[in-house]
Amino acid sequence: MRSVSKHFGPTVANDAVDFAASWGEVHALIGENGAGKSTLMSILAGLYRPDAGTLGVAGEPVRFRSPRDAIRHGVGMVYQHFMLVEPFTVAENVLLGARDRGVVLDTRSVEADLSRLGERYGLAVDPRAPVWHLGVGERQRVEVLRLLLLGARILVFDEPTAVLTPQEARSLIATLRALAAEGFCVVFISHKLDEVLAVADRITVMRRGRVAATTTPAETDRRALARMMVGRELAAFVEHPAEEPHETVPAGNVALRVRGLRARGDNGLEALAGVDLEVRAGETLGIAGVAGNGQRELAETIVGLRPTAGGSVHIGGRDLTDKGCSAVARTGVAHIPEDRLATGLVGSLDVSENAILRDYRRPPLARGPFLVGRAVAAFTDRLIHGHDVKTPSRWAKVRTLSGGNQQKLLLARELAGDPAVIVAVHPTRGVDIGATEAIHGSLRAQRCRGAATLLIGEDLDELLALCDRIAVLYEGRVVGELPARGADLERLGLLMAGIQEATASGATAADRPPVVLRG
Amino acid sequence: MADVLGRWRLERLPSPSRLGAVLVPAASILLALVAGGLIVALAGQNPLAVYGAMLAGALGSRNGLAETLVKTTPLLLTGLGVAVAFRMRLWNIGGEGQFYLGAIVATWIALFGLPDAGGWALVPAMIAAGLLGGALWGLIPGALRAYLGANETIVTLMLNYVAILLADWLVHGPWKDPQAFGFPGTPRFSSAAALPALAPTRVHLGLLFGVTAAAVLWVLFRRTRWGYEIGVMGESDRAARYAGMPTRRTILLVMALSGALCGLAGMSEVAGIGQQLQRNLSPGYGYTAIIVAWVGRLHPGGIVVVAFVLAALLVGGDQIQMSMGLPAAIAPMLQGIVLFFLLGGELLTRYRLVRHPAPSDAAATGAGT
Repeated sequence: MRSVSKHFGPTVANDAVDFAASWGEVHALIGENGAGKSTLMSILAGLYRPDAGTLGVAGEPVRFRSPRDAIRHGVGMVYQHFMLVEPFTVAENVLLGARDRGVVLDTRSVEADLSRLGERYGLAVDPRAPVWHLGVGERQRVEVLRLLLLGARILVFDEPTAVLTPQEARSLIATLRALAAEGFCVVFISHKLDEVLAVADRITVMRRGRVAATTTPAETDRRALARMMVGRELAAFVEHPAEEPHETVPAGNVALRVRGLRARGDNGLEALAGVDLEVRAGETLGIAGVAGNGQRELAETIVGLRPTAGGSVHIGGRDLTDKGCSAVARTGVAHIPEDRLATGLVGSLDVSENAILRDYRRPPLARGPFLVGRAVAAFTDRLIHGHDVKTPSRWAKVRTLSGGNQQKLLLARELAGDPAVIVAVHPTRGVDIGATEAIHGSLRAQRCRGAATLLIGEDLDELLALCDRIAVLYEGRVVGELPARGADLERLGLLMAGIQEATASGATAADRPPVVLRG
Repeated sequence: MADVLGRWRLERLPSPSRLGAVLVPAASILLALVAGGLIVALAGQNPLAVYGAMLAGALGSRNGLAETLVKTTPLLLTGLGVAVAFRMRLWNIGGEGQFYLGAIVATWIALFGLPDAGGWALVPAMIAAGLLGGALWGLIPGALRAYLGANETIVTLMLNYVAILLADWLVHGPWKDPQAFGFPGTPRFSSAAALPALAPTRVHLGLLFGVTAAAVLWVLFRRTRWGYEIGVMGESDRAARYAGMPTRRTILLVMALSGALCGLAGMSEVAGIGQQLQRNLSPGYGYTAIIVAWVGRLHPGGIVVVAFVLAALLVGGDQIQMSMGLPAAIAPMLQGIVLFFLLGGELLTRYRLVRHPAPSDAAATGAGT
């Protein structure tokens, strides 16, 4: 891949990226969230088309119009979300992708092929089992088998071990090595440094849409990788003295207290494994961490959208564990969810319908069972003007607003009642610079007013600029906490990679996983 | 060939244009009339004469207009009924069954429950029975959906057959009129059970029910907390949970209301027209209701208009069949063409055709889809 670029609106996901992987190697692609890894690989697999740049497979220039096109050229990708039809059997799912196998569904020959390939690469799965019977690890094997059967020679995995148990991960890693040994080209995206060092032949580190470095496990270690992933010019912070938030507000009483909180993720696996947190009035606590380490579940459990599996949530001294979303909101908790158009806003409804989502039951917006049109209009106008939401009218569908204005509307609504606690998840994701500054300004103003804020972020700069303290979440636990002022970036990076202080100083062979499988 | 088609894609418009919302249906109907005219011409008739006769038959005389309003009544009530559920994205396609249940329970009141009551007691009791019967038939799939996650589309559809066959069994068996010489149907209700006529025509009080229901629903959707909740829940389950809305309870209430309106349609059909329960009481009103609701954009005002237009099409079609000696299939075919164009045009108000750049050389090796 040569000087590949891809933009999503104003966001540059890939900026003139060069990337090469060879036959017979396992090539790891690592980087922070939003570094552009998944975008780059989706371009390789034909899901996205690059805005600029060229692709070549086996020395031959190619242009993919679709994933099907990519497969025809031997490039296949295993996504994090599997593309399987649950009621169908394994063999039927494989046939779905294989159009050139003819009109008559010849499941028997596919079943035979599957068994043969499964044995050869350690991907055993019953071809006749319906997919909904299978566990996550087996489903992943089906995806791999399907690509192999379709003739893929370049296999891309998007964080393949993130969804697996340790045993399944070990078996998958053995498969990756076996495939490489047979001359396949295996590329995998990962956040787990230990795993990358144990498995990869080469490692490419991406940062902010560009390739930061390409190296090999022999030349590097976890510390150096973490630095390459997170590492940035500290000058960036000095440039924003105005963003210095760490002033004067005396911390008040504990407004949010989380004790031993446990919860399951959507996949049924434990996502929070006993989280303890405290946020005081007038204080902002940042939660850093690589995506998928329990951030979403933490926010959802606190605001009552997800049931707990243990532990407690106290807000303003009241026990609100599992009391439900509206009870939590009534206590004065604002929630800026991570997926604003799926949870916080309804895109197909208009601005005023979205503005009243929290308060529509209460006067003056409601009188008995009726909504008071004039009050709704006044309330909406107040939010729009108060937070400078740019919309053609109160009747514009929220979907037609820009991401920044959607988020400003959401923020305006959530902050309207002067909440005591704010739970904000990626508040500036996918938002332009102007809106980002406005959102930061609002959050700072809330902090000065005395709100306790839990800010879950993926951008370390943002966390450092807005927070008093930063806690790092790793595999559902808080693995460390440090004051934001003068925070040691390298230590943050290591904590995010799950390397705690005790072992951070000297990476010994003992704390590597016992899965060094070569060839 | 596949490549040629493959270059065109339907892309969703960010927001439907206001002008398009008026122009597109108008153009659709015009095109439908042209297409229908071609076929009529092939059948050897002058299309303009046929359309003229349809118009005159449905709207041109006192009796024609009355007949159109008689047909409007059940279409309006069932259309409003299913629209309530559709607003919440609950796919109640059981309007037909709920219609029959309303008719059955109302018939029971008239024949066996309060056979000797006077009109002032009997008619309200029958109205309540119609509402309750339909509500019950809507609540069954509602409860299965709310508590077990059962697909309401399937359950409502299957309950249609149960209700239709139940009515069949009653009119052939236990409720059969012994003096009807084997003709399937219940005995006539007492005159106290008849819905009063509006003017000396067959138009009956049911029409007023429909118009009232449309007005009430307009207020409900536009002006109440509950209507707002239905809208939010229909669009986004997650947002509804986020706002703490009671999803289960609302599913039950919405399905009950939806069924109740369809049941009221069934009740007003037996009490307003035949004064008896008979076989084939409905020529598929509960299904046509789905089209009425969609073409009316789930808006009560739109549904009133569409129910009337569709009723006129039905009555006009019957007229030309009788007066012009056209094949019996022509009338329903014309209705089909109008609907086809209306629904097809609907697509263009929300999507637009976009031509994609020419496929790369890579696509030349196989069909691009």
